[in-house]
Amino acid sequence: MTTTTQSRADAKAAAAHAAYQPVDGRLLDVENLHVHFHTSDGVAKAINGVSFHLDQGESLAILGESGSGKSVTAQAIMGILDVPPAKIPEGHIRYCGQDLLAMPEEQRRKTRGPEISMIFQDALSSLNPVFPVGWQIAEMFREHRGLNKSDALAQAVRLMERVSIPGAKARVKAYPHQFSGGMRQRIMIAMAIALDPAILIADEPTTALDVTVQAQIMSLLQELQQERKMGLILITHDLGVVADVADRIAVMYAGRLIETADVYTGYANPAHPYTKGLLDSLPRLDQKGQTLAAIPGLPPNLLKMPPGCAFHPRCPLARERCREERPELVEVRPGRFAACHYTEEVLHA
Amino acid sequence: MTDKTTSSDLTKAPDLDATPIGITTPAGGEATEARSLASDAWRELRQRPLFWVSLAIIAVFVLMAIFPQLFTRLDPTDADLAKGSDPPSFTWNGAWFGYDLQGYDIYARTIYGARASILVGVFATILTSLLGVLIGTFAAYAGGWVDSLMMRVTDIFFAIPFLLGGILFMTTFANDANTGYFVIVGKVVLVLAILGWPSIARLMRGSVLQVKPNDYVQAARALGASPWRIIRSHILPNAMAPVLIVSMINLGAYISAEASLSFLGIGLTPPAISWGVAISDSLVYIRTAPHMLIFPSIFLSLTVLGFIMLGDVVRDAFDPKTR
Repeated sequence: MTTTTQSRADAKAAAAHAAYQPVDGRLLDVENLHVHFHTSDGVAKAINGVSFHLDQGESLAILGESGSGKSVTAQAIMGILDVPPAKIPEGHIRYCGQDLLAMPEEQRRKTRGPEISMIFQDALSSLNPVFPVGWQIAEMFREHRGLNKSDALAQAVRLMERVSIPGAKARVKAYPHQFSGGMRQRIMIAMAIALDPAILIADEPTTALDVTVQAQIMSLLQELQQERKMGLILITHDLGVVADVADRIAVMYAGRLIETADVYTGYANPAHPYTKGLLDSLPRLDQKGQTLAAIPGLPPNLLKMPPGCAFHPRCPLARERCREERPELVEVRPGRFAACHYTEEVLHA
Repeated sequence: MTDKTTSSDLTKAPDLDATPIGITTPAGGEATEARSLASDAWRELRQRPLFWVSLAIIAVFVLMAIFPQLFTRLDPTDADLAKGSDPPSFTWNGAWFGYDLQGYDIYARTIYGARASILVGVFATILTSLLGVLIGTFAAYAGGWVDSLMMRVTDIFFAIPFLLGGILFMTTFANDANTGYFVIVGKVVLVLAILGWPSIARLMRGSVLQVKPNDYVQAARALGASPWRIIRSHILPNAMAPVLIVSMINLGAYISAEASLSFLGIGLTPPAISWGVAISDSLVYIRTAPHMLIFPSIFLSLTVLGFIMLGDVVRDAFDPKTR
């Protein structure tokens, strides 16, 4: 019985993915994305011209502190921004060559789950408290694949086993509050990968969890990504968490990308003073007893962006030019981009 | 829907009560539910005497509404003018509640009067809840100008004074001698629903606004759930509790509202048998034949008390802050 259930589910899965095929391995292309929020205090420009791409099987970490626009970028890709107050005045988000922003809402909705999927920061509140977890996972198959109740539930059990929930069969009928935080995040991951998405966006997937569980969840994500050749976008403020998992990093500040690099060179030799500041502010065992370096000041108010480089009020290298002229994101080394007038100084520091 | 809850509670009550209190068996579907809000509330409820008292009162009156023959063998339409206004006689075969002006047996009339009150109460509750939930949910989910527009319409209906609106409606669509029983009841239900939905709609809107920004609703969106499914699976089940409780309390209020309209001669009208009509008819004779007024009034008060008490006790059980 399980084999027929499985083959029926697989056939439906294959049919569902036929419509989107990556072009030259390129899954996602975000081009000059702008997101504005219309508030009573004025227009908050949360994202100002962000461009990046994601290839098949690649993992990209988007780094930045609170308010840098990393979560908004994720929500814009998913298409779950509340419009209004949010507005996307400019930009393209191409998935397998098709512009998601130009798609009719119903067609776009059908890409959420089977094509692009997302897990959220707070696993404790991302599950509906009134339904059993198995029912919620099975819901994915029923909504998108039209499986019947028992087939969908069998798939749910299989997924719960895949994300290493002990006693999956017995716990399929348990409610979210009966699971620990880490287990709930596993269930959330199970829901997100249920339909074999090509892209998984993880918005601070480990922030609400304690350190040992963080490592487990990250390695689970990495494992699943390699197993399914997914493109993974990891959004985090925690540089330590992504070091092992990410292939490339993209650092955001005040709604702009300020540096992109592969994870090794980016961590070893940052090209932007902000990235350097972030890395220096990580506590390290060999520096025990010394004062932790911190970046002075606060991120800028999105309603009142400073002129020139948005980072200049906090930058140790800031000069007259930084106050007047905004640096563009340019290629500073092969495959590395940074937006700073004095990149060379940072690189050679 | 309140009617359904009540009756299913009634049927379930004995066997559920037989299971040991507070003990949950590990694993298995039903038992794991035992720690949800609803089951916490249930555990709280069954320890409250008020809950059982109100349930018993409601059970008696619901039974009375469905099978009045169980309570009296007399025909409420049997009049004997010779016995008009006779006071109660406390002999075994006598009329315990006495006779009214037309010589109807007041006991039989009062028993048969329960049906109108319960019907009006239950259907007015169902209709107001349906309308209120629908409009409140839609307004809150859609947001923006749709929300503003719908809430202004709600405000307009909210502003209509209850009695004035009731009198206007019932005099515009007046009953005559040929109007059928269910048409009469239907009209009263309709006017109560038209004037009663705004409060439910407001409550539901507030409740949905509270549930909507929750992460699980966002997560459902990110995983491709359709708006209809988001509302049905994620918003409604998490936002319904306050409305269910307020509706239960309102049920009592609707019964007394029906009595008020009937008392004014514009709600239920004869030949429909109703407590409101009986009270209205007997008011003039309050000094000469007080029994004609007292018995229907007691029944009316008890029914309203039953529903309001139940609503109160259920609300307390569902509110973690009162524990």
